[in-house]
Amino acid sequence: MATQSIDGPKRGSLLSDQRTRAIIFQALAFFLVAVFFVYIGTNTARNLEALGISTGFDFLNASAGYDVAMSLIPYTATDTHGRVFFVGLLNTLSVSITGILAATILGVILGVLRLSQNWLVSKLVYWYVEVVRNVPLLLQILFWYGVLLGLPRVRDAIPVFETMFLSNRGFYLPKPIPGDGIGLVFAAFVVAVIAVPVIARVAKKRQERTGQTFPVISTSIALIIGLPVLAAIVTGFPLTFDYPEKGGFNFKGGMVLRPEFVALWFSLSVYTAGFIAEIVRAGIQAVSHGQTEAAFSLGLKPNWTMRMIVLPQALRVIVPPLTSQYLNLTKNSSLAIAIGYPDLVSTFGGTSLNQTGQAIEIIMMTMLVYLTISLLISMLMNYYNKRIALVER
Amino acid sequence: MTDMTQSNAPGNHYPPGEHPDLPPPPGTVGVIGWLRKNLFSNIPNSILTLLAVYFLVSSIPPVMDWVLFDADFEGASRTDCTSAGACWALIDVRMKQYFFGLYPVEELWRVYIAGIVLALALLPVLFDKIPFRKILLVNTFLLPITGFYLLSGTGSGPEAWLATVETPQWGGLLLTLVIGVTGIVASLPIGVALALGRRSNMPVVRAMCVTFIEFVRGVPLITILFMSSVMVPLFLPEGVNFDKLLRCLIGVSLFSAAYMAEVIRGGLQAIPKGQYEAAAAMGLSFWKMMYLIILPQALRIVIPGIVNTFIGLFKDTSLVLIIGLFDLLGIAKTVITDANWIGLSHESYAFVAVIYWVFCFGMSRYSIWLEAKLHTGHKR
Repeated sequence: MATQSIDGPKRGSLLSDQRTRAIIFQALAFFLVAVFFVYIGTNTARNLEALGISTGFDFLNASAGYDVAMSLIPYTATDTHGRVFFVGLLNTLSVSITGILAATILGVILGVLRLSQNWLVSKLVYWYVEVVRNVPLLLQILFWYGVLLGLPRVRDAIPVFETMFLSNRGFYLPKPIPGDGIGLVFAAFVVAVIAVPVIARVAKKRQERTGQTFPVISTSIALIIGLPVLAAIVTGFPLTFDYPEKGGFNFKGGMVLRPEFVALWFSLSVYTAGFIAEIVRAGIQAVSHGQTEAAFSLGLKPNWTMRMIVLPQALRVIVPPLTSQYLNLTKNSSLAIAIGYPDLVSTFGGTSLNQTGQAIEIIMMTMLVYLTISLLISMLMNYYNKRIALVER
Repeated sequence: MTDMTQSNAPGNHYPPGEHPDLPPPPGTVGVIGWLRKNLFSNIPNSILTLLAVYFLVSSIPPVMDWVLFDADFEGASRTDCTSAGACWALIDVRMKQYFFGLYPVEELWRVYIAGIVLALALLPVLFDKIPFRKILLVNTFLLPITGFYLLSGTGSGPEAWLATVETPQWGGLLLTLVIGVTGIVASLPIGVALALGRRSNMPVVRAMCVTFIEFVRGVPLITILFMSSVMVPLFLPEGVNFDKLLRCLIGVSLFSAAYMAEVIRGGLQAIPKGQYEAAAAMGLSFWKMMYLIILPQALRIVIPGIVNTFIGLFKDTSLVLIIGLFDLLGIAKTVITDANWIGLSHESYAFVAVIYWVFCFGMSRYSIWLEAKLHTGHKR
């Protein structure tokens, strides 16, 4: 018995309704993904059983039984895989942070030089960027590692300033040894670092109230350098150096930067600096010339124009891609495995994986570390973007 | 006496406004003028110029000596290289490995044909005003099939038309190009799908796409390659296993698809809402709207980003050496472990660096050319 709808013309079939179709489609997609995961889950369970590998994180407490060439925290071969994880993580972080510092400094300098009116310098930077960006990073790492291994042996090491030595075993540097009272110098530094933002805020408030400016930057530099130096004078320079001395086959004393670290750090910095230079150049060029002209016509000097008008606007363009370059550098530090620098992927994700066979747990843990760093930084980034976004109507 | 020069030269009186143009002051035109303007405009600039010149003068001659004037080009082992410069004999001897890996020499003609097919397939994609474009496009769409059968063969045994060449024998530039081209071809459509999914109104689809994109972009490619080489065999039912190269191809494609998705999403966001609304008002279905209205505009905006992703992908193919495939860089790393050629890492890496550079630089130049060509005048 056909029933006529009373509230309007007859509706089409259920499938032609957009909302119903969306629900059906999503249910189907969800179902397929779920089936996929259940399928590989059961397969994995069966395979692991066949291989006699027990799942779980007990292996983290088992002794690793292998040595790690470089460690920031005390580590011996009898320590656990869990400790290897932290050793690797710290090595990853140390090469990433030093790399980010060097890449930023070099990249900003190159980006500014690229915009220089000097034709020769601008062209030189252009070719630097084109060469560095168009050659795979892994190739650059292997190349520089080869160069470092081609340095003279320890016996013929090249002295630099008579206190440092370059050899194929690494760079030997004087090792700082803190004496009594180093704590006071450090405390002075911390006080200076805390004082700077306070001064900046007070100065800004005063300028808004009275219009008088205060030389924040020079005061800050004087504080950060001056206070620790003052503390050092008061305590009588509590820092001595242990200089490396040439022995028969190796150096005695001092500290060493291994060629793996230097090659990785150098390549990461040089490679990323090429990208940062382009970002800085594009950012400065994105500020329209009218802004500079307007600033000049208001009577601002070039220095102030750069600081008060151009840079704040350029930073809005520069910072987001800059952060993604920092993330790339951190992820690229995993290429350490190719030259044997003991980072997270090559120790924990490499040797530990081979020894325990816990592929799933280890790869998941490694991925999770990088994922956490990425998500943390993108959260900070979103916060920053919201804060500096142009306020529009 | 008002003007010395005029009174000294009688007969040179001109009515106001009709004096012939004087030559520009010396030092503002010609080579000198250019040098003054571009290299020595002020003191810091002059110092920079002198530093740059010093850098060039002190670095170029030794490098040229090493590369050309003091280099050896022929020989059978390292001991034949007697001069102080580079030993290019290594490249000469190992040329076939650098380009084709361990591909059987008697089957190399197949690689050459595949190379020609690839070049012909690229032509209609890269340039839209060439003759026989339609016919060439057919070849382009058949490329995955023809390329696969040409390189890997149709079967083993004497009666097979093309003998099988196992993928572990592929190597060098051939393998780099196989991974690069497959990654590029696969990542674009997957990237478009992911980008559309991320902007979809359906919450479940959107959540899945966002999770995938953010996960992949958050981890290094190496961990994905490890996953494809160590974990994928665990995921498959017992007895089933597939080619290492194929697993790696899937990993690389999915990896760059996530980056591609973000680039394309930028383009989709840049299209004004009016375009979507106008297309909907015309009664176009979702797919027609995307295919005819939105994607042609969105993809055009993000061409530089897409090509950058391609360049990144091409460079990233070098990472496969870590999971034991012998791509161009893998070969470069392997040949220098040969006892005859040990210690020649500079030569080997410099050679492959030039090859990578030519490909990547070519791609970036092409993108600049294309951007200028597609510039339709809507840009401010």
